[in-house]
This record gives sequence, structure tokens and C-alpha cells, in this order.
Amino acid sequence: MTVASSPPAIDIEALGLDQGALLLIKRALAGCAPGDELGVRGRAPEWSSHLAAWCRQQGHDLRLDERADGELVAWVRRGVQAEGRWKGAQAAGQARLAEGALPAAEALPQWGMAARGATVEAGSPAFAFSLTRRDELWAATAGELYRQAAAAQWDPDSAIDWAAPFELEPAIEAAVVQVMTYLIENENAALLVPARHLGQLHPHYREVAQLLAIQCADEARHVEVFTRRALLRGHEPALSTAGGQASLRTLFEAADFSQSTFLLSVLGEGTFVNLLNFLHQHAPDPVTRQIARLAARDEARHVAFGMAHLEHRLSLQPDYQSRLRNAIEQRYDELSGTAGLNEEVFDALMLLAAGGVSAQAVAHGHAALLQLKLEMAAGRKARLARLGFGKDEAQRLADLHTRNFM
Amino acid sequence: MSKETLLMGAVAYAPKVVTIWEGFKAFFAEHGLSFDFVLYSNYERQVEAQFDGTLHLAWNSPLAWERARRIAAARGLEVKAVAMRDTDCDLRSLIVVPAHSAIRTVAELRGKTLGVGAIDSPQATLIPLDHLRQQGLVGGRDFSVRRFDVLGGKHGDHIGGERDAARALLAGEVDACCMIDGNHLAFGMDGTLPAGSTRILDRTAPYDHCNFSTSPGAPVALIERFTALLLAMRWDDPQVRPLLELEGLREWRVGRTSGYALLARAVDDEAFYSHDGRILAAGYRY
Repeated sequence: MTVASSPPAIDIEALGLDQGALLLIKRALAGCAPGDELGVRGRAPEWSSHLAAWCRQQGHDLRLDERADGELVAWVRRGVQAEGRWKGAQAAGQARLAEGALPAAEALPQWGMAARGATVEAGSPAFAFSLTRRDELWAATAGELYRQAAAAQWDPDSAIDWAAPFELEPAIEAAVVQVMTYLIENENAALLVPARHLGQLHPHYREVAQLLAIQCADEARHVEVFTRRALLRGHEPALSTAGGQASLRTLFEAADFSQSTFLLSVLGEGTFVNLLNFLHQHAPDPVTRQIARLAARDEARHVAFGMAHLEHRLSLQPDYQSRLRNAIEQRYDELSGTAGLNEEVFDALMLLAAGGVSAQAVAHGHAALLQLKLEMAAGRKARLARLGFGKDEAQRLADLHTRNFM
Repeated sequence: MSKETLLMGAVAYAPKVVTIWEGFKAFFAEHGLSFDFVLYSNYERQVEAQFDGTLHLAWNSPLAWERARRIAAARGLEVKAVAMRDTDCDLRSLIVVPAHSAIRTVAELRGKTLGVGAIDSPQATLIPLDHLRQQGLVGGRDFSVRRFDVLGGKHGDHIGGERDAARALLAGEVDACCMIDGNHLAFGMDGTLPAGSTRILDRTAPYDHCNFSTSPGAPVALIERFTALLLAMRWDDPQVRPLLELEGLREWRVGRTSGYALLARAVDDEAFYSHDGRILAAGYRY
């Protein structure tokens, strides 16, 4: 024999509906099927009046049952529309990615800002993100690189000994200021390029969004420390050339995420790692050396992300390599009429490596600078080879990279 | 007036009214009903347009419905309430006092000051005043009435009057005030009336609110199609749910006229409209 169970009931005691009791009622109603009744008892002065108003607004029927003993029980019949909001709702992918698993191949516009894995109400507004296809933005190590970056953030105030004593000849200090001026404009580009992509990226690809965000934070910090070093001895920033800015504008205006990442991170920032290592080795003062060391560490992560992304994309779309080749060649053509690295920067770097203005010192500086350029080109070639370019083509493309380094 | 396009009047009591009716217009168009709307700044002019051939239909406040009904009856014409929201059914108004007030019964309002809503608000003025009149207390004679008039001609659709009256109650400027039951809960939840700060002194009997009122001679087939499409709207349809949420309902219901008796009596007792629908209320600006 089946015994009919009594309908569910709750007692909100003396808690008013305007004091939070609605939460208790909603939770209890959620356990009832549409059309089923929930009994509600209460003692707050206006509870039944408020319950009547709320039920009317929510589409639940209500009947009040005043018992012989004077106790009032309100019977709320759950409205048939109660679950309507979640009919047709969609899961926005999966929150957790198992080892080797991938997020959704395509992130839907209607998932919008929802957390990955959240249940999204049907009819949610569509967001016009342009980066919505996984294979055009993904990197298998994005999550890991983000965690590394988060753990490796440093505080410019405490990580660098700004008060470290040093004295430089005016010409050498001026060279440092010129190099810092150059670094700042390059880091402005390295900040804004990922920032632009970040604003177009579907947040479903959380790991990439986080990685780009922290990359922006890295660059913001680099802009800060290069600026502080430039101004440390009372100078104003030095010269910025049209050719340098023209080179950066080609990066800034590259619309395609993969090509932009290729030019900025794989080639530009990769080259910058060599430059920062050079400054760490040759800079004439401890502050510049510390700055260069810390910035180089960050830049190496940016390169790692760029490589990981392109490896992902090329593994699925090998012919995308031709697009990368075109990107280098097109940028080379665009910049062919510009001066490339500004002379003042080149001279300043040589002076820093020279450490003085004697002929012998300058010869040493010049040799060091040539060595730097060889290392830069070798690095680019190695990375291009890792991306599947043949030896000769990797060499040719490595040599087409902007003379502005970034 | 085109016979093919159903023309409805609505009162623009808030900017969202444009969003609502543009949305409904698109919904009706998708379902093959040519529909357009005219926005009015007040219900009086809208009701009058129901009798000069401008409108087939009007989204009327209960007071506008009552006026349309009176005008039609006086002229031997007919208006019908064809649909309404589920949330239009069985409202109650409350008379509220501060929790610590010495006023324990309605009779003790004698000599006191009652805060009401707009002069033309059924829920915050006309029905509560009539409710007290039925118990022998006449506003202006047995107690003072302080009106919180916001947007005359909107028939109390604007919640501002009730909110101002509630604030005046807390400030001690009035001894009691009137509001719809849902607003008492809403004001408690949004902090206008901190929970426990007020006590419900009395509540009116239930009454109904807005309806779609047809104009005399409205095209029957178009009205039937309009009503059928409304009644078929489902809250669980993500295309229409935003419209229903803006308009404040879960489902449309077939119109009924059984819930307007309280207001009809109030309109007579408070001398708001004459039997043939002329405006009598002194000081009514819209």
C-alpha cells in the first residue's frame, strides 16, 4: 500500500519576507514540482500579506488556511512557469580541463561573460567577440604559463634597489636614458597589442585571457621601471624616431591574433630577451642590470606562450605557415622605406657595452653589439625552425625581421 | 485608420514603455499581426481617443477602464476588457502606520493625517480613501489627506507617489499612508521602509488592475488574433520573456471585469468621474 506523503511545509518563524524569509520560501519551493503545494507558517506581523503580493508577482497561486486553533497556514502552489527561465539553458562548456583536454572548439556569443561551465539562460545577449574559435588562440601551456607568471610577479619598489650607489659619466648616463626611452616605446606596444586582443577574446578561453592579462601587467611594470630608471638621475626621456614608431605601428595594427603573436612574441619579444640579457651583462649601473634581468625573465614567458600557441595552430593547420611567412615579408616590405633602429639607440647600446669613449672601449662595444645581433638572429632562426620552417628559409626570414628589434 | 493594422494606445509612464511596445510590435509582426501603437502622456487623452476613432484598443489603467466604461455606457456603446496580466488580479492596498504608532484601529485615524499617492492613483488614493469612507471616515472631514502627487494623468503607474508617502511616514510628516501590498514588500526589501519599521493597520478587499480595453466598434478579427497571440505567449520562451518581465507578468489572462467594483464605487464616492465619464476631480492636472 502506498501511503501518500504529506505536502512539504516550512516555518519561517518570526522572520519577515522583507527580512530574508523569501530566501527560505524560494529554496523550499525549488524542491516542489510545478503545480505542487508548499505549506508556509510564520509569525512575522505582515508575512501573509507580503506572501500574497510576492506569489502574485511570481505567478504562484496562494490559498490561506486559517485553522481552528487560529494558526494560519499559507499554501503556495508552485507556478508552472517557475522553471521557465532555465528551459533551454545551455552549459557554457566545462569549467575544469582534464589533462590534455581542450575547451570548446567554438565559444558561443550567448555564453558571453558567464563562467566557463556555468548554466546560461536561453535568450542571454550575444557578445560580439571576434576571437571565438579555440584553435585560433589556444596554447596547451597557457594555464601553466599563467600560473608561473602569477607566481613570478615582482614589486618594482622592493625587487629593485633604486638607492644602490653608482656614478656614471654624463655620456654614459645619457646612453642609458636613450636606451630606456627606446625600451619604453617598445613596451608600450607590447602592452597594447595583447590588450587589444584581450578585449576581443571570448572569456570562455579563460587560461589565454588570464595569460594575456598578466602579460599586460608585466609590460605595465616594465614601462614603470624603465621610466623610473630613465628619470632616476633627473633627465627627461630622450629621442623617439619615426622609423621606430613605424615598426611598432605594424605590430599594433596586425589584426590577426596568431600573426600578431608571431610577430610580437616569437620574433619581437624573443629578440628582446637577447637585448635585455645584453643589458644585464653590459649595463654600467646595478639598477639597470637588475631591471634588465627581471624584465628578461618576464619576456621569456611571453615568448613561450607565443611559441606554444603557434605550435598548437600549426599542428592542426600546417599550411598556416605560409601566412606566417607572408606576415614577415609583408612587414619587411612595409618597413623597407624606414630607417629601422634609430642611430641614437644603436650608439647608446654600443656605448653601454664599451663602458667609455676610448677607441679601445668603443671597439669592444662594437664587437659586443655585433655579437648581440648575431645572437638575436640565431634565436629567431631557432624558433622559426621549431615552428617547422626549413633551415634556409628560417635563416632568410630571421634576417627579414625589423631592424628595430621588437 | 487602416482596417488591416490594429492600433493600440499606451501611456508612456516611463521610458521602458517604448522598449515594451516596440518589442510587442515586432512579436506581433513575426506572428502575422500588423500592429502599431500610439503613446499618450496621460490616460485621459488615451481614453478619449478610444471614442474618436483613433484607437482600436488601449492598454488601460483600471481607472481608465472605468472611465471608458462610463463613457461607453452613457453613449450606448460597448467596451470590453479582453486581456490582462496575471499580476493584475486580486491586488490589495494597505494602510500602513509606523510600528510604534499609537494608532491601533482605523477609527483612530480620526483627526490624523493620511498620506496618499497621486490624485488619480486607484491603489494609493481612490480605493484606500473609499475603504475608509465605508468605515465612516471621510478624507478632509474626519482626517487630513496629504497627497504625494507624482505625474498626474498616469493613474498612479509611477511608483514615486507611494514611495514619497512612505518616506513621509518614516519622517513623521504623516500618521499613516497608503500603498499597494507589493510595494510594501518592495519598500521593505529596498530599504525605503526598513523591515519592522511599519505596521499594516488595514487592508482593502482585492481588486483588479490594468486591462486591454477595446474601443467601440474595434475590428473583431484583429482583436481576437491579438488576444490569442497574447494568451499564447509563454514565459519560458526566451524571445518573449524579456518583454513579459518588463511588463511585469508571468502570463496573460483573459480579461475579466469582476474586479473593478471597488474602484467604481470609489470613483463615485470621491467624485472623480461623473456617470458619463466626465472628469470631476478638482485640481486634477495631467
